[in-house]
Amino acid sequence: MSILVDKSTRLLVQGITGSEGSFHTQRCIEYGTRVVAGVTPGKGGSKHLGVPVFNTVEKAMIETEANASLMFVPPAFAADGILEGIEAGMPLVVCITEGIPALDMVKVHRYLKGKSTRLIGPNCPGVMSPGKCKAGIMVGEIHLAGNVGVVSRSGTLTYDVVSQLTGLGIGQSTCVGIGGDALPGSTFEDILTLFQADRDTKAVVLIGEIGGTMEQEAAEFISSKMTKPVVAFVAGSTAPPGKRMGHAGAIITGSAGKASEKITALSRAGVTIAPTPAEVGLTAKKVLQSL
Amino acid sequence: MKIHEYQAKALLTQYGIPVPRGNVAFTPGEAREVASEIGSKVVVKAQAYAGGRGKAGGIKTANSPKDAEKAASQLIGTRLATHQTRPEGVPVSRVLVEEASNVARELYLSILVDGASRLPVMMASEAGGMEIESIAESTPERIFRSYVDPAIGFQTFQGRKLAYKMNLDGGQIGEAARLMMNLYRLFMDKDCSLAEINPLAVTADEKLLALDAKLSFDDNALYRHKDIWELQDKEQEEPLELQARDWGISNYVKMDGDIGCMVNGAGLAMAVNDLIQYCGGRAANFLDIGTLNNTERVVNSFRMFVADHRIKAVLVNIFGGMARVDVIARGIVEAYQQLNIPFPVVIRLAGTNLEEGHRILAESRIGFISAKDFYDGARKVVESAKGAVK
Repeated sequence: MSILVDKSTRLLVQGITGSEGSFHTQRCIEYGTRVVAGVTPGKGGSKHLGVPVFNTVEKAMIETEANASLMFVPPAFAADGILEGIEAGMPLVVCITEGIPALDMVKVHRYLKGKSTRLIGPNCPGVMSPGKCKAGIMVGEIHLAGNVGVVSRSGTLTYDVVSQLTGLGIGQSTCVGIGGDALPGSTFEDILTLFQADRDTKAVVLIGEIGGTMEQEAAEFISSKMTKPVVAFVAGSTAPPGKRMGHAGAIITGSAGKASEKITALSRAGVTIAPTPAEVGLTAKKVLQSL
Repeated sequence: MKIHEYQAKALLTQYGIPVPRGNVAFTPGEAREVASEIGSKVVVKAQAYAGGRGKAGGIKTANSPKDAEKAASQLIGTRLATHQTRPEGVPVSRVLVEEASNVARELYLSILVDGASRLPVMMASEAGGMEIESIAESTPERIFRSYVDPAIGFQTFQGRKLAYKMNLDGGQIGEAARLMMNLYRLFMDKDCSLAEINPLAVTADEKLLALDAKLSFDDNALYRHKDIWELQDKEQEEPLELQARDWGISNYVKMDGDIGCMVNGAGLAMAVNDLIQYCGGRAANFLDIGTLNNTERVVNSFRMFVADHRIKAVLVNIFGGMARVDVIARGIVEAYQQLNIPFPVVIRLAGTNLEEGHRILAESRIGFISAKDFYDGARKVVESAKGAVK
């Protein structure tokens, strides 16, 4: 098993005909993901990369039974694209787009309440279940199928951690990039809940960073509800306060946003902290050996 | 993005929120004119993107237009260093001259988006005049919060409840509720990331008045607010950060070390800086080159390093995903061809098109130091920087 995406995933790509959409759709297909539909308003009825294109998400779902959407819509229109997916009842929406205005996401979150859609991202690399389905922009080759779940706020740092794991022969059940924005669709806690329930996930690697309180909420969940071991690294120990470190969410505004506070909360919850970002793989290996 | 206090107050006025009478002055002479128009005791406030101006001597009172002129001449053209700025401070090129108010009580009011609930939240406190972080740490029970349902917006009853909690009097309740609704409207209309009135004064004649105002805006939404974008005062920005943006490197933050870093991805870039410190060095910057498939941004990153005289060594750490390693390699070679690079460069490449990247670097015969992984790269660049000191 795995979480969120697997062999049964029938992927729809919103913004399939754009340059990023095209490039990554091609790579998802090459990885073995079943891409069943694309949506670009105005291009319905055509085919792109051998995939039928529709004008609306609703129509694409009726025609192709797509059950997950991957979004490459530009930031000014992305919230609208997510809302369209939610309204159509799409079970999973993975939004890659970076730079969506925060108040657009406030609207999206309000609309999500009580709906069945799970949103991953925005500003994320996507979701990957090695050997089964790649719904994102991550490099396929660095992954290895296995039993460690990975959840992260970062993109390239996750690639580095995943290749450390793969290099040590530690495979992954699913790797989830929840994204670098301040208002992510899914939080660490949401994804940890899924990993805890997943039979094939034996341990979890969590990559946090400065800003917000998501790591502290994860720590609370881990200490009260989680039985599986968690290894973590929190990036940004050396970041100055009040500066946005690339990600919209990576800014220290109160003391809770500091890396040290997050590390303390996670350690108290029984999480094993990797001393450096280069040793996350080794730390995970030790934890797995002690199981 | 931040704006000056006088610009924030102009926006508050547009939204019907009362502020003291006053105007901006770019010269001492203008300050004198504004003061004589006001015709009573005034406050002369240095305009700078920094909190803590009062304690740092950036706010002066003046009893006459002549005094106002003198106060302005002591501020304009200087640099103001507060606990929120770098030690060298920020330049003061203008002052706000406004009527001094007779203050009975100082309250606090702000709106921001709360990350945990993902809702806008109005925060109110009787402990005005203090920084909200210090209220939150010392007496968190003195901050009242009211979460807003974005589908219906901030409601009058929410404003009333907060007003009662702040112990406002009968006549002020409706006024405070209206003020909060107006502030919410401004926050939403202009895509603010923070709208703060601190202090919100209750004057001796029992009126509400925004004595200070801080507005900051969501960078991601500036494309739809040209009016706000135009308010930006570039002089307030860190010169190296401004230079980086001019060269198309939007994710650059100056830090206080001597090792230049070029990384793709924000999380990885933060982790690289952490690792450098762990290895005994200090990063001179955070630099996420983002995803690019042209060489120009790589060359410009090197231009930044050459322009930054503190730099003793550079670490390039790229994990190609969307960004292709061969393009980065070509950019590095171009940088060596176009610029005189006086410091050692450590390069660690991984990911998409790695072999091609390695081939380009090897064939170029540029003298760089190769690192096999992330840790190796950090160790080597710290050693190189120390070697450069000798």
